[in-house]
Amino acid sequence: MTVAAPPKKVKVKRGEESARSVGSGKFLWLIESAVVILCLLWLIPTIGLFLTSLRPRSEANNSGWWNVFANPTQITIENYGEVLTTGATPFGVAFINSLTVAIPATIIPILIAAFAAYVFTFMEFPGRDVLFIVIVGLLVVPNSVSFVPLSIIFQQMGINGQFATVWLAHTGFGMPLAVYILRNYMASLPKSVVESAEIDGASHWQTFWRLIIPMSTPALASFAIFQFLWVWNDLLVALIFLGQGDNAVLTIALAGLLGTRGENWHLLTAGAFITMILPLVVFFALQRYFVRGLTSGAVKG
Amino acid sequence: MFEKLGLALGAVVVGVLGAVALFWLLNKACELLPKKWELRLKPYALLLPAYAAIGVFLLYPAVETIASSFRRGRNGRLLEFVGLDNYVRLFNDPRFINTLINNVLWIIVAPAAIVAFGLLVAVLVDKLKPMAEKSAKSIIFLPMAISMVGASAIWNLVYAWRPGGSSQVGLLNAIIVGLGGSPQTWLQIDAFRFNTFLLMVVYVWTQVGYSMVLLSAALKGVPEDTIEAGRIDGASEGAIFWRIILPQAWPTVITVFITVLIGVMKLFDIVYAMTNGNYNTNVLGNAFYAALFRNGDPGTASAIVVILIIAIIPVLVYQVRQFRLQEANS
Repeated sequence: MTVAAPPKKVKVKRGEESARSVGSGKFLWLIESAVVILCLLWLIPTIGLFLTSLRPRSEANNSGWWNVFANPTQITIENYGEVLTTGATPFGVAFINSLTVAIPATIIPILIAAFAAYVFTFMEFPGRDVLFIVIVGLLVVPNSVSFVPLSIIFQQMGINGQFATVWLAHTGFGMPLAVYILRNYMASLPKSVVESAEIDGASHWQTFWRLIIPMSTPALASFAIFQFLWVWNDLLVALIFLGQGDNAVLTIALAGLLGTRGENWHLLTAGAFITMILPLVVFFALQRYFVRGLTSGAVKG
Repeated sequence: MFEKLGLALGAVVVGVLGAVALFWLLNKACELLPKKWELRLKPYALLLPAYAAIGVFLLYPAVETIASSFRRGRNGRLLEFVGLDNYVRLFNDPRFINTLINNVLWIIVAPAAIVAFGLLVAVLVDKLKPMAEKSAKSIIFLPMAISMVGASAIWNLVYAWRPGGSSQVGLLNAIIVGLGGSPQTWLQIDAFRFNTFLLMVVYVWTQVGYSMVLLSAALKGVPEDTIEAGRIDGASEGAIFWRIILPQAWPTVITVFITVLIGVMKLFDIVYAMTNGNYNTNVLGNAFYAALFRNGDPGTASAIVVILIIAIIPVLVYQVRQFRLQEANS
């Protein structure tokens, strides 16, 4: 994994025989074994879940997943078919619901936040600091401050349980983080570019679209990935505004299966894996941007 | 089923085009004004949509929540003003005090554990060859992509219990039985709040990757010459780490700690999914949800949120002060 070094710090590349490795040579095997053990601790629970999801019902519920190595021919994907199409909330429907929630909730806030970030970075006006401090403060405020009034308002408007409620709510909840990440990034862009555009007679409108948006692509991507994973993995906002029923998302469907536990390990594990597939793909494909989002101070309230 | 995706794409198109149109209009409206007023008003006009979203979905509801916490709630409705009743009732309820104690325990243990583990992993992998370092980091970081509910499913399987004599499904009980013990219903053991610690294991497992990535970047950013200087002066490896490397990476340690702390304070998913707050494991996030939906009491739910906000205020003040210092230095 490529780790984005924190801004303004020179990353010092160290060779094998550099100062820091000295003295660790004779303990290297010890360090290596410690790391291997840690990695196994981190991997085994997930592997166990995945292997259980591939075992037939009776095996999954009556013996540990490690038995699969003694009997590898039993492997089946039937559980996936069953969990995708049956149950109170079929995971197939929930998967579509999750996409329906996450795509607009990721894209809509970006442009609004980008304009705000541009204003904070490149325009001077009274009250700028105070307005930005509101954003910084809101980064730590939990979303739950707004659930009671919003759920009552949505109820009165008769739109409770509709996708529009979560799109709007996530746009609001994601806004402080989006403005913060984008503004931090834009502040690192060379001021001279904007100044020379101004001298050439470009308006703010033109500078924003022609210069700043193309130059900010990495930060826009970081925020988009971060917000997508956040919305996709969110349980609380979905529970409160969408609830169970036709529009239930994957996390709600999975929490429902967890609640009924009993002898359903084959379905629970398959369902859990379905909820993880997309985040894992996004994560591996776009790890660099994700990490950059984190290192640029991605705190979410 | 797929009409929903159509709906989503429609929302994206309407949302994005709507936003572009809105900004275009705001921009044009400003340009119609005399030049002096245009320059004066434009920043505010372009900030308006972002602050409207924040105002409608965070600021206004926050004020409303504080007001609601002083009203009686029943059947999902807010009724008359009752002063501090909701708060008095909460603090006289031993179950709520228990919930608060759990939160305090989480706050004391989980963030420190996550920072310590992250630091340990960051230091260890730093000594490995680049390829090995990359793979180890990816593995530890992986759970960050998984939802808390997904992590709960993963660990529920680890903690699974079946009666003694039958073959165990859960890894932990299989190990215990293999060592000659008897299987335990792990998540129900509330002596010394043992089950709360087991839930913390899940949370730590998901968050160490985050802490490791940031701390690793910070450790690598420590200038080589400061370390070299220590070595020339004859400092031991331990002294170099504790006296030279760690102090320079300290701001990042604090950032990670604060971020994790905020996450822990509003913890909900893991407790909801794994124990639903039973067996003495409840936390404020889950108590809030239960008050709002299971008891249909938005008054008490609001009071719980206000208690949470009050607990977060010191963190908020610290965050704003840090930001001011940072801005002043740059």
